[in-house]
Amino acid sequence: MPDILLRGGRVLDPAREFDAEADVLLKDGKVAAIERGLPTPGKDSKVIDVKGCWVGPGLIDLHVHLREPGQEYKENIETGTAAAAAGGFSAVCCMPNTSPPNDTRAVTDLIVQRAREKGSVRVYPIGCITQGQKGDALADMGELQEAGCVAVSDDGHGVMNSEVMRRALEYARSFRMPIVQHCEDSTLSAGGAMHEGLASTRFGIRAQPAAAESSMLARDLELVVLTGGRYHMAHISCAESVRLIREAKQRGLPVTCEVTPHNLMLTDEACAGYDTFFKMNPPLRSASDQAALHEALSDGTIDAIATDHAPHSPVEKEVEFEQAANGVIGLETALALAVELVGAGVLTPAKLVVRMSAGPAKVLGLPGGSLAPGAPADVTVIDPQAAWTCDPTRFRSRARNTPFGGRAMHGRAVLTVVGGTIVFSDERFVV
Amino acid sequence: MTKGFTQRHLLGMEKLSREEITTILDLGERFLEIADRPIKKVPTLRGKTVINLFLEPSTRTRTSFEIAAKRLSADGVNFTASSSSTVKGETLIDTAMNLDAMNPDIVVIRHAQAGSALLLSQRIRAAIVNAGDGAHEHPTQALLDASTIRAHKKKIEGLTVVICGDIDHSRVARSNIFALHTLGAHVRVAGPRSFLPIGVENLGCQAYDRIEPALEGADVVMMLRIQLERKAGNRFPNTREYARYFGLNPRRLALAKPDAIVMHPGPMNRGVEIDPGVADGPRSVILEQVSRGVAIRMAVLYLLGGGSGEEWSKS
Repeated sequence: MPDILLRGGRVLDPAREFDAEADVLLKDGKVAAIERGLPTPGKDSKVIDVKGCWVGPGLIDLHVHLREPGQEYKENIETGTAAAAAGGFSAVCCMPNTSPPNDTRAVTDLIVQRAREKGSVRVYPIGCITQGQKGDALADMGELQEAGCVAVSDDGHGVMNSEVMRRALEYARSFRMPIVQHCEDSTLSAGGAMHEGLASTRFGIRAQPAAAESSMLARDLELVVLTGGRYHMAHISCAESVRLIREAKQRGLPVTCEVTPHNLMLTDEACAGYDTFFKMNPPLRSASDQAALHEALSDGTIDAIATDHAPHSPVEKEVEFEQAANGVIGLETALALAVELVGAGVLTPAKLVVRMSAGPAKVLGLPGGSLAPGAPADVTVIDPQAAWTCDPTRFRSRARNTPFGGRAMHGRAVLTVVGGTIVFSDERFVV
Repeated sequence: MTKGFTQRHLLGMEKLSREEITTILDLGERFLEIADRPIKKVPTLRGKTVINLFLEPSTRTRTSFEIAAKRLSADGVNFTASSSSTVKGETLIDTAMNLDAMNPDIVVIRHAQAGSALLLSQRIRAAIVNAGDGAHEHPTQALLDASTIRAHKKKIEGLTVVICGDIDHSRVARSNIFALHTLGAHVRVAGPRSFLPIGVENLGCQAYDRIEPALEGADVVMMLRIQLERKAGNRFPNTREYARYFGLNPRRLALAKPDAIVMHPGPMNRGVEIDPGVADGPRSVILEQVSRGVAIRMAVLYLLGGGSGEEWSKS
């Protein structure tokens, strides 16, 4: 592995409160030095001029669906991690709603092995909370952790049964495993295909109220008080949930949350054309919910941006709105949208790195999130000025279901390094 | 082209202008007399093909469109859910593209899901008529309702129209709110809170959670069907209680203006949302709605089939 010298970028390492122009030397898969005017290393090394770019720790996505095993026609570990690398991510956490679901060690083993063989970036599996994600009996959390799972989640479904949720929080606590909850009371959401509000009333689409999310969150927070369990809320989407998380953090409860780029950028009005690329769960919410998410992302109530990258084939999306599968892809658009939020004043460059790298690392206790000397050489170089048009046909992902097709984007990853190896680079760097 | 109507499809009332709506109503008025002729047929759409793609149970709307097409001499073909390939697993888009390959001029679609008519209009060449898409819109119903109101009241602007019942599940309510608001009526919707969709006031109407205050001074009372097949049943205790508090009976109708008319899009649940004495009473115009439905659908097919208003008035 050759040494890599990233010359002249703006180094953003908020975990160490570092924000200055400097050179970054990567050696033997680790960060070796960050200083101005580092000498050019030996002739086998690579020197890359990254002037005008932001150099930060590799981005980490807490929430993706890689669809392997079982749904490889939508995505697989090879294509999904290639998309991640192209989007600037050096690590992803993959959700367990595969086929079969990741509720046993054998499935985790397979994911870990496939990621080692075919993966471009680090893959951290998330196991199931309950067997088959059915919400009844606890999955083998200890063995899942031993095999490599970093958390458990029944993502796609909320754990409806309160006692099961209580026991899950308690049992997982013994293993220091966070519970990642998809907050949705399915008796209240009742299959609603979009957010219930003015827009759904106009469009006549069956809808689910924001309370389907926030009411389950409120219950869970009481269970966190009861159990002391470590709780992470997936894809927060409404103002009420923001209020609850903010209050819980003020009380010192061990809770964190993440938000998707699409909930930050779009509102329920986007469903006007019944375009199924705007259908996901939780759904796009009202403009006031969106404003609350922006505020919470800015003030740190929200710990991380996570894509909920959910690839689907045309079979699931080229149908009527209410029949279409939930979910949109996000790995190759998330960073540009976050840069857009910097332009809008919601984030600063340093906060962007916190919400997309240091924050997610802290949420699940993952390695990475900092460029401290000696840390793994997971690095993302971002050109915040790069202007491009979102063209889904050029995605590395096998799927095309993005709501951002055709959007004018600003900012993108130009170099992604994982453990000292370049896994993605822009055409302009011949490396 | 007819002045005042240049749409390629009829997908809903929300985006139609007052002039466009009036053009259809005026034309419908002229088509009305064809039903009274000994030979109820004109050659206007001869050689045109109309497919009725009905993927949700419907008798009256399909029959109405079918008669409308026949009276215009169009060739009408019915494609219904029970006979369709959708039960064999074909997608709506595939079904529509197959039909389109047979080169129809107009496809009339009834489907259980909102947005399905728009989806078809984006995928096929034929003109699309939305004959009801989920809880979204049912524009020809709103047009025939407006036609009926206008016939009795000589105008629509300034009238107070009350729409009562299951507003949330109702495409008829949405299309009527949009159309009547555009035409200048004061629209009220009324029903138990559990039937009022969030923010309905923003569509251009006032909302009431009891029907008595809504009925006061009304010129038109439109009752909606309780749609038990859409799981409306968990929104109220039972039909007996519903009839007691939200049904239209003679006592409640007395709150409206003395000359108020009573409408219902059908099919009625007699004794639930409407008392038989009111449904069959002198102020009911329910069957006239049905008659006007044929004429309005003739007007819509005619306009989308490429006919021009001037041409018709000369013939």
